[in-house]
Amino acid sequence: MYVDVNGARTYCYTGGQPLEPGRPTVVFIHGVLGDHSVWALQSRYLAHNGWNVLAVDLPGHSKSAGEAPASVEQAAGFVVALLDALGIQRAALVGHSWGSLIALEAAARLGARASHLALVGTAYPMKVSPALVESSLHEPEKALRMVNTFSRSTLAPPLGAGFWVYGAGMALGRRVLRSNPQVNVFHRGFVACDSYAGGEQAIAAIQCPVLFVLGTLDQMTHPKAAQGLIQAARAAGRQVQVAQLPVGHHQMSEAPDETLLALRDFLT
Amino acid sequence: MPGYTDPGFDTLALHAGARPDPATGARAVPIHLTTSFVFDSSDHAAALFNMERPGHVYSRISNPTNAVLEQRVAALEGGVGAIATASGQAALHLAVCTLMGAGGHIVASTALYGGSQNLLNYTLRRFGIETTFVKPGDIAGWRAAVRPNTRLFFGETVGNPGLEVLDIPAVSQIAHEAGVPLLVDSTLTSPWLIRPLEHGADLVYHSATKFLSGHGTVIGGVLVDGGSFDWEASGRFPELTQAYDGFHGMVFAEESTVGAFLLRARREGLRDFGACMSPHTAWLILQGIETLPLRMERHMRNTERVVQFLASHPFVARVGHPLLESHPGHRLAQRLLPRGAGSVFSFDLKGSRGQGKKFIEALKLFSHLANVGDCRSLVIHPASTTHHRLDDEALAAAGIGQGTIRLSIGLEDAGDLIDDLQRALKAAEKAGA
Repeated sequence: MYVDVNGARTYCYTGGQPLEPGRPTVVFIHGVLGDHSVWALQSRYLAHNGWNVLAVDLPGHSKSAGEAPASVEQAAGFVVALLDALGIQRAALVGHSWGSLIALEAAARLGARASHLALVGTAYPMKVSPALVESSLHEPEKALRMVNTFSRSTLAPPLGAGFWVYGAGMALGRRVLRSNPQVNVFHRGFVACDSYAGGEQAIAAIQCPVLFVLGTLDQMTHPKAAQGLIQAARAAGRQVQVAQLPVGHHQMSEAPDETLLALRDFLT
Repeated sequence: MPGYTDPGFDTLALHAGARPDPATGARAVPIHLTTSFVFDSSDHAAALFNMERPGHVYSRISNPTNAVLEQRVAALEGGVGAIATASGQAALHLAVCTLMGAGGHIVASTALYGGSQNLLNYTLRRFGIETTFVKPGDIAGWRAAVRPNTRLFFGETVGNPGLEVLDIPAVSQIAHEAGVPLLVDSTLTSPWLIRPLEHGADLVYHSATKFLSGHGTVIGGVLVDGGSFDWEASGRFPELTQAYDGFHGMVFAEESTVGAFLLRARREGLRDFGACMSPHTAWLILQGIETLPLRMERHMRNTERVVQFLASHPFVARVGHPLLESHPGHRLAQRLLPRGAGSVFSFDLKGSRGQGKKFIEALKLFSHLANVGDCRSLVIHPASTTHHRLDDEALAAAGIGQGTIRLSIGLEDAGDLIDDLQRALKAAEKAGA
């Protein structure tokens, strides 16, 4: 469905179900060069099992209009504005990679309005190598290939019918990049990840339980790089769960069922 | 730089989509000869049926062995995924019927396999789908043939059997300007010679019966989606962009940004038309693909030797292979097919139709049969077999003469193949004396 957020037409995939009053809401936030479809095998299930689902295309990405966020803070502001636009008082936030930082920052801003926070493939700080940042600007096809290669942990992604995860990642990245002729959202997203400095403050401010879904073979956001956030969340007295999956950075497609079950069990 | 995590073509041909079986440790891909798969619970069953969770339900829709083949071919072609079908013809039918119904229109190359020409020119017309045929090199003709109801451009990487080379970059550009995808039959070239998606094609299919399988043992097809075509931006494909009542009101283009075509093709076309592949067939094709790079290299080397021999033989009027400068597609082939334009080609004897028959009957190593892409060398007379339903005009448009002989060069010793051809040419020549 489309909704007007900050004056821009914004797309949210609702999992094939209309939003219904009285149901809990979960917001899915994609990473750099992603869109709502990266959550296909998690969002549809929840939408058919009692949840209102909003898997967003961030502004300036894929089907959504608007200025692509230049920082985690801007993107978090968009998430809050999305909930306000729809009159949703409380929601769970689930983010992948860059989207995990956006979910973290948004949860901190939402305070008690955030019911759950799930960080998939996260790290803090989320530093991006200068060479990759540079390539994303000047040689995006090469950088996209690097990202998809680093994100992969296997040549044999699991159960399912005939989708080739690496090829799907390449095609989606190209499509999202092409969807915004004004801004290189690849480069802008990487810069936003690299420059985000509010992680400690945000994790201390959140008021909800936190789930970390980490890939033990993740070369993009190595599980070690999430330990600081995990410890900070525990130190802040938050209820913390950690799910370690034997996959790379494509948690949602390399381990779709395990990722879904970790989210489902955390949310319910 | 290719490495373990960024594998090259040969590695993907062996490993893409497969790993040692976690249940048994079996290193080769297991053949899952089962119709159905047990559900963990009623909720699990419901979730699988509604595409909420990944997994297999019924082998007409998907199967773990077939899924390995689908991933492997998608990896080799650079696609987002693939669907294994009962045959190459089934793959073509699935592609067409996923994108249009009665009232749809296709612009297709004249240089097509006879079965494809038959499907488009006769059978699909009966179901209200029209096709306009254009010579593959007539770039203006492709553009002129577009109608408001056009839904698809279609051609072969190299035509069968004239090896007319399709200018995929130019034709795909026209297709995209018209808001329609380009489907390419890459059977005769295999992804080892060309990856059409990298040149602008949107969909690719193979008769996997041929080079992918490589051993002349099974019939099968594979349809690959490049994930590049924007169905919503085109505005011509309500099948993918509007709610489908036949599957829970699903809007496929919302469900998957780059996999909408495959979702509908599987959830509608494979489910309802039912032209699925047997897992045993999938396994045999996987066996073939494991040696595809090695076989294709040898196919090309042998073809070069045979083409050179025939081109210099006094009883041969014409050899139709882009290796030769005389072939109209020579320069385009050098650009798009630097590893070679395939090992299936035709040539014309200087003699009569009867001498052509004598030639075929005198061959000993070449098998006279209706197939190509086997590891064994094959021969056939297209005008009386594969293209016999075409009238004279259509035959000429497809670049086939009454005396044209088609060869499919196999993996035997090149010297033995040349000896066989030499002996048969001599017999044919004597028959005319």
